[in-house]
Amino acid sequence: MLSLIERWLKASAHETQEYVYLTSAAFYGVFTRPFYRHDIVEQFDQIGAGSLTVVLLAGLFTGAALASQSGLTLDQFGARPVVGRLVSASMIKELGPVLTALMLTGRIGSGIAAEIGSMVVTDQINALRALGTDPVRKLVVPRVLAGIFMAPVLTVIADFIGILGGWVIARFQLQVNSGLYWSSITKGLYIQDVWMGLSKPFVFGFVIATIACHVGLRTTGGTAGVGKATTLSVVAGSVAVIASDFFVTQILIALMY
Amino acid sequence: MVQGSIETQTARQILREPGAPVVVFDHVQLAFDDKVVLRDVSFTLIKGHTKVILGASGSGKSTALKIVVGLLKADAGIVWVNGQRVDQLTEKGLMDVRDDLGMIFQEGALFDSLTVRENVGYKLYEETALPLADIDRRVEEVLGFIGLAEHIGKMPSELSGGQRRRVAIARAMAFKPSIMLYDEATTGLDPITATTVDDEMIKLRDLENVSSIIVTHQLRDAFYVAEHMAMRQGNGEVHVVRATREKEREAEFIMLQDGLIIFEGDADALRTSADPYIRSFLS
Ligand SMILES: Nc1ncnc2c1ncn2[C@@H]1O[C@H](COP(=O)(O)OP(=O)(O)O)[C@@H](O)[C@H]1O
Ligand SMILES: [Mg+2]
Repeated sequence: MLSLIERWLKASAHETQEYVYLTSAAFYGVFTRPFYRHDIVEQFDQIGAGSLTVVLLAGLFTGAALASQSGLTLDQFGARPVVGRLVSASMIKELGPVLTALMLTGRIGSGIAAEIGSMVVTDQINALRALGTDPVRKLVVPRVLAGIFMAPVLTVIADFIGILGGWVIARFQLQVNSGLYWSSITKGLYIQDVWMGLSKPFVFGFVIATIACHVGLRTTGGTAGVGKATTLSVVAGSVAVIASDFFVTQILIALMY
Repeated sequence: MVQGSIETQTARQILREPGAPVVVFDHVQLAFDDKVVLRDVSFTLIKGHTKVILGASGSGKSTALKIVVGLLKADAGIVWVNGQRVDQLTEKGLMDVRDDLGMIFQEGALFDSLTVRENVGYKLYEETALPLADIDRRVEEVLGFIGLAEHIGKMPSELSGGQRRRVAIARAMAFKPSIMLYDEATTGLDPITATTVDDEMIKLRDLENVSSIIVTHQLRDAFYVAEHMAMRQGNGEVHVVRATREKEREAEFIMLQDGLIIFEGDADALRTSADPYIRSFLS
């Protein structure tokens, strides 16, 4: 029993060490030559444009559901007209960033792990190294950059479409005046909320991409191993997003409010 | 400083001469966790010669090749490649050594998101500053040499097994390395396709003076490569013919078993070996 715990501790320490090592190598790769521009552009397109549909759908329905639910609660206080304020605050500060990040984990976290994992088990990573290419620069750096910079863009889009979905419900189900809905949003929105909502996705994008690359690169055990790596990447990525959401929230509250 | 440069100068000169050792394994050991793969392996590859590594699957043949390229680090022992201590170099330092190494991986390891052209020219396109037109010409030349010119625009998934192997060879030779490492380049191919792949290895060795390490467990191909040679006829045509006795001796066989070399010698010695394990391998 004790040896089991010891082995588990050792394995997780090793895993953490490898993860830190990979992220620092990626960090170094961002600022030093050579760059693989073509791969960077391709990843921005894949991760950014490729995730637009899921993010739009998730944002729209979340905003709408949020408005419906808030409507019920607010009615108890006779405060139905401020539904816009509630939708926008929840969407921008919390749900937009987190849901977008979770959708991204499902879509690109799994994709990255599967792609890199299958390159590992078919020796393509070794082939890259044998041909003089550093896989971190060629594969990891473009994906991490795309994650860091596309997650905020997608989050803003999700926020906006969510608020729009909330408006549809507010206007047609809750019968709140449109002007009232929009003005309660602008009035109730603090600059701190915007900063909170904008800084989170940078962290999430980084976390999702680095975890997926790390898990992918450590794939072993043939094709079956690729499946496991893909699952692990989604599970670990989702947990990491939610956990880091908590910590980032605490830090930002301490700093800004 | 001065002394250092004199030393490297001599090392370079030695490596340029015929008979120079281009790959040296000196008491190399490697284990994965508690599974010992290479117990004590030593051999030397001479410039322009062929080293055939035989052994059952799981005997550590691929592992040995990966150590040469620096993809795996030996636990103990010394590995020299072109006068450089591969076992001590950092990943960055290894990149220079790899410029002179062409590796053909066991399953080809072609990049499946790239076309045949991009695969073959990968190193030249991505890691050199050569003009694109020159690279395109070199890629076409190499694919012509290997007989796959018409497949240049295809994806690897559209190729047959034999074609994929040959593209892998083309990718490894495109940047003109002086050492080629073939990991079971003919395994699983029909005899006719296997022979065309063998002929490519022979041509590279005899016409371009490439040193080769050939890993296989197909003896037929091992003997074929060892006992044939390529000659350019007066009209420029290349023929693969029976090797002279002298040429045959430039191909050396080693057999791995349980992490040790249990046989070392030329084709004749292998054929006449009395060792029961080798006899069972031969039959
Ligand atoms: N990355 C690895 N991790 C753990 N074991 C490995 C690894 N690579 C190879 N092995 C083991 O090392 C042994 C030798 O493998 P390999 O060199 O591929 O053999 P061969 O090419 O001769 O068939 C095998 O038993 C294999 O399972
Ligand atoms: Mg092998």
